[in-house]
Amino acid sequence: MAGIVGYGAYIPRNRIRVADIAKTWGADAPSYERGLLLKEKSVPSPDQDTITMSVEALRNALQRAKIDAQKIGALYIGSESHPYAVKPSGTVVAEAINAIPDCHCADYEFACKAGSESMFVALSLVEAGQVEYAVGIGADTSQGAPGDALEYSAAAGAAAFIMGKTNVLAEAVVTYSYMSDTPDFWRREHEFYPRHAGRFTGEPAYFSHTIGATKGILEKAGMKVSDFKHVVFHQPNGKFPLRVGKMLGFTPEQLEVGLLTPTLGNTYSAASPLGLTAVLDIAEPGDQILMVSYGSGAGSDAFIWKVTDKITAVQNAAVKTRTLLDENKVYIDYGTYAKYRGKIRMNDNN
Amino acid sequence: MAIPNYWRSIPQRYRYEAAKCTGCGKIFFPPRIVCDECASRSFETINLSRYGKIVTFTVIRIAPSQFVDQAPYPIGIVELNDGIKICTQIADCNPDDLKIGMPVRLEFRKISQDGTPGIIQYGYKAVPVK
Amino acid sequence: MRDVAIIGVGMNKWGELWKQSIHEIFVEAALEAIDDAGVDHIDSMYVGCMSGGLFNGQEHLASVLADYLGVASIPAARVESACASGGLAVKCGILDVMSGASDIVLVGGVEKMTDVSGDAATFALATAADQEYEVYQGVTFPGLYAMMAHAHMHKYGTTSAQLAAVAVKNHANGSKNPLAQFPQLITVDDVLNSVMIADPLHILDCSPITDGAAAAVICSLETTKRIDKKPIVKFTGFGHATASIALHSRSDLTTLTATTEAGNRAFKMAGRTPADIDVIEVHDCFTIAELMVLESLRFFEPGQAGPATEAGLTQIDGKIPVNASGGLKSKGHPVGATGVAQIIEITKQLRGEAGDRQVKNARIGMTQNMGGSGGSTVTHIMEVI
Ligand SMILES: [Zn+2]
Repeated sequence: MAGIVGYGAYIPRNRIRVADIAKTWGADAPSYERGLLLKEKSVPSPDQDTITMSVEALRNALQRAKIDAQKIGALYIGSESHPYAVKPSGTVVAEAINAIPDCHCADYEFACKAGSESMFVALSLVEAGQVEYAVGIGADTSQGAPGDALEYSAAAGAAAFIMGKTNVLAEAVVTYSYMSDTPDFWRREHEFYPRHAGRFTGEPAYFSHTIGATKGILEKAGMKVSDFKHVVFHQPNGKFPLRVGKMLGFTPEQLEVGLLTPTLGNTYSAASPLGLTAVLDIAEPGDQILMVSYGSGAGSDAFIWKVTDKITAVQNAAVKTRTLLDENKVYIDYGTYAKYRGKIRMNDNN
Repeated sequence: MAIPNYWRSIPQRYRYEAAKCTGCGKIFFPPRIVCDECASRSFETINLSRYGKIVTFTVIRIAPSQFVDQAPYPIGIVELNDGIKICTQIADCNPDDLKIGMPVRLEFRKISQDGTPGIIQYGYKAVPVK
Repeated sequence: MRDVAIIGVGMNKWGELWKQSIHEIFVEAALEAIDDAGVDHIDSMYVGCMSGGLFNGQEHLASVLADYLGVASIPAARVESACASGGLAVKCGILDVMSGASDIVLVGGVEKMTDVSGDAATFALATAADQEYEVYQGVTFPGLYAMMAHAHMHKYGTTSAQLAAVAVKNHANGSKNPLAQFPQLITVDDVLNSVMIADPLHILDCSPITDGAAAAVICSLETTKRIDKKPIVKFTGFGHATASIALHSRSDLTTLTATTEAGNRAFKMAGRTPADIDVIEVHDCFTIAELMVLESLRFFEPGQAGPATEAGLTQIDGKIPVNASGGLKSKGHPVGATGVAQIIEITKQLRGEAGDRQVKNARIGMTQNMGGSGGSTVTHIMEVI
């Protein structure tokens, strides 16, 4: 059975506290921290972008998969912050790991769902026997408009998965996707920051699709909520996944390991994929994991993974997600954050 | 850097491809076509180690315009495990904590860009290894 | 091969010469050298200039300068070896005379650096470093010398105060040079409290951006005797060597192999040793460079140039007077002109015309002019006969 043969994460080390963003805009920090269950978020350095984080996440995945990168036949990156409007991110990453030239690359965009869709397509190609190995990456250096609610959560990170059929760490038991046209969040061409429809992003968007996908995959697999050791939902903030979990009957313990947002922020296309890497870091053979992404616009991809006995040998083969999240972090102030994120108007000579 | 020049050096900047002399084993980064040790003209391609240690370093406080947003930044000479020395920025560190001899690892980073409309040029930077 | 002597020198006051073009500053210095020599013609001309293209948008410089000097039709060449371009022009002129192809040759250097922004000047200077594997990474010239300084400190215990002592000494010398760009006296504390450019180098450890030109007339010894120019200052040795321009490609970051090689060649040709040298001009583009050059030429053992400078051994009245002119540090560093200005200073010292900065009984002098971070060096030994 096809599944994940290698996985890796990358999180920049800079953090900004929600309180420091709130202070800049005269907002009430405690209400944001409580309302969003969000303490701080990751911030990329000026020398980091979706491509650089994808390379590092994939290098970590390759350390676990221990495969020849030349055997990777497809490489997909899902992101809403590809560094170029036109020019692929995937080819840079394929060059860096030496998967070229015998490789199919494509960049995906589907708000926060782009990462899981790259995983879905990579997995499907392997299942179909088209390629021996395929890579799916979710990565983002998300931007929220200054002072907007999104600025408190928009964060940076990447997760990479190598799909294959031999030495599988987590088998893909079932997949299911749930889509509709729901304009809750978008960014038009040439716009710097995304826009959103306020509270409309909740019930008809995130909750409706996450619940639809979860119910759909459980029915398709003939499984129930209690069959899962871990569940990972898309996590635009700390509150939504806990609430949707409760609505669906999951316990907080099932959500705990994969819920990174409170100290990471919303890494958009990398959010549920990074949650999955954190789960795989501590998973035990036989564990069943439910992962449900959500992307505005809107849709959810759901996966059921079953962990194999190969997992224990590779968990320490690369840096763990929790280590990236909890160690080696530095706090920056809003001024540095604004400089790093290109929010300061500069002279046009560089 | 001009696009054709950047493009030619992608194997070095992304994958640390070097040339190893088949005559005497000396490694050249970037690759050369004649060995200065044994005059051999035959080389094999190898990938340098991503790990090494700091030989010397400084902190650039007055930076060229395309690096101003990153200043002050440490830059140093790193000797990779293969014995090859490279010049590279040292990222993700407090400059005050850096020491000669400190172990580092190369990470894939943006190096510069040809203004906001131009191409982004990637490459390696060292980061301290815990 | 014929012996070669220097019979005329010319140099203008260096600085930010806003009102003058590159031709004007060069022609001014060249005319002074020709007048000083008392010759009525020159047979050929060599001009050191690092980057007329990037600083002034003008290549094909030798013809431009020959034309403005009013000598168009003579063979003229612009030579380039980064900051050693001037020294290289002198060497080329010497070879021309030695060979007999020319008898009287004008050797000069010029750089007009303030026609571009500071950032553009930084870029132009950085082209002397490895563009692909040093400059690409974000290193600057001060950064390269700072890395050497740090390695030197780590290996030998050289201190920031010792580096500062180089600057203090050179400004003290430069205060006695009416042509110097920055003749003011400074203290060790001034240096240590000045803004940090690239650790451990402060701004007062660095030579400035300068407009300037320097020129000299050289000719065969026979012609010198005929003109009856006294005292006769003869070139008794020169050396020229190269090394990797990329700092990281060198096995030892605390020594300058091209300087050692170029020094050895000049010493051997002149039949001299460092102990014979009465006065030397070295390439102190940064304070650490002066120390490393003095060690690479074996005026001091490795690691000893710092303590020696602090002890005053390199002052005008010291054991080996170094950069009596003020050096690049105080006199200024119009890149292509620097190597020729060193020759001028030694000529003045050997003629006894150095005024307040005159080294007593100077009979044998030496110059060391270095390109980039040490990727090229040209040395000359000159003696009064
Ligand atoms: Zn060889």
